[in-house]
Amino acid sequence: MSSTISTGGSPSPIVEVAELAREFGSTRAVAGVTFSLAAGECLALFGPNGAGKTTLLRVLAGLLKPTSGSARVAGVQLPGGALARSRVGLISHHTMLYEALSPRENVTFSARLYGIRDARRRVEDSLRRMSMLERADAPIRSLSRGMQQRVSIARAMVHSPQLVLADEPYSGLDESGSRALTALLQELRSTGTAIIIVTHNLAEGLSLATHAAVMRRGQFVRYDAARSIDAGSYATTYRDALAASD
Amino acid sequence: MQPLTATRWRRVTDILFAAWLIARKDLSIEFRTRSAFFSAVVFALLGLVIFYYAWDPTAVTATDLAPGVLWVIFTFSGLLGLHRSFGVEMADHAIDGLLASPVSREAIFLGKAIANLIFVGAVQAIAIPALALFYNLPIGSVAGPLIAIAILAAIGLVAVGTLFSAMAVNTRLAELLLPMLALPFFVPIVIAAAQATAKLLSGRPVVEIGAWLKLLLAFDIVFVAACTLAYPFTVED
Repeated sequence: MSSTISTGGSPSPIVEVAELAREFGSTRAVAGVTFSLAAGECLALFGPNGAGKTTLLRVLAGLLKPTSGSARVAGVQLPGGALARSRVGLISHHTMLYEALSPRENVTFSARLYGIRDARRRVEDSLRRMSMLERADAPIRSLSRGMQQRVSIARAMVHSPQLVLADEPYSGLDESGSRALTALLQELRSTGTAIIIVTHNLAEGLSLATHAAVMRRGQFVRYDAARSIDAGSYATTYRDALAASD
Repeated sequence: MQPLTATRWRRVTDILFAAWLIARKDLSIEFRTRSAFFSAVVFALLGLVIFYYAWDPTAVTATDLAPGVLWVIFTFSGLLGLHRSFGVEMADHAIDGLLASPVSREAIFLGKAIANLIFVGAVQAIAIPALALFYNLPIGSVAGPLIAIAILAAIGLVAVGTLFSAMAVNTRLAELLLPMLALPFFVPIVIAAAQATAKLLSGRPVVEIGAWLKLLLAFDIVFVAACTLAYPFTVED
């Protein structure tokens, strides 16, 4: 099934994906996905392991090239090189941090890679938002998994991306960290950042989302706008997708 | 040749700036952990000791043996650092953060190569005086040309090694694959460097090593350009 979804009526979509496919040899990890997302909108993406969620995010992050179809991020056609990548923030369950460096050094390194001029202030702001200023100079390896994840989020946000791709971002976070992340994502939405969040936690995903989709075998098997999202029926679809993937 | 336009010049400076950021980050990590550097230095010194005790000075003179010893040691101790170069990026997928940034793939390669060059240079800075000490070599009078050989050879070794380190790091047999891939490409560089060093240590005039230096320079230009262009293909898909 090819999924064709539009948020409709949005003047300038941040993400426009049309019949996007990504193959690994004979395996179609993403198989003809179509959707668009405007500034300030959030798509919560659910699905069993191996459904193609992470691959879709990696294509949008510029880490993988699409096999066919098209994708535009913040007005840039993918693969759009440095320009497209500069507009995206990537959060993953992998922290993508250097354990020998401190949170401040990790986030500063990222800020400089993105060419941020007032890097010092932006790094401070980013770490403060994730309540990591007090441990900003401790080596990453000495921090708990949850603290590392907070630093990873600070790293991904330091350049104020127009699109945030969050692949299981709640992984390893305690209640306080989860609240801080949810608040941050909501704040980002309110400032016009588009978000695609992959999570196995329906409640977390739906609380943020303006749109939600269930993915299986590379395709959207269900898609809804927020006003019509029914958490109960979503849970059923999600369980069905999980069962079908076993 | 076309002059650099403002846009091209900006692109070149952006690449070099990003490369330096990445090199500085790698060197900071190595400075904190010192694991690869100490391993390489200990390996180099142990190699010198082993060769020294296996050496029969009545059969082979020090100036005949030393160049071979020096370049064998550099080659294998350098591999220790080269292997770690992309290894640090694999812990918790830091490489994804790097690749998702707007930095060009060429800048990532050059940054890694610059850090590796400084690493190999630091090992050489300890190993060459140690070699002179063990084999009683009068290197003071040829220090300049010897440093030139060391730098030129190191650039070639590092360019090839950095590329193969990037290719091998995602495999299960990275430690085995890196030397298997890189060593055949190291051979021409090591031959040129060892020949030039031998002539230098045997007291031949510096002008006689000119051809070897030019050969090393040619290898450097070819390998640095080819490896920089090839690196993006190792990380795309």
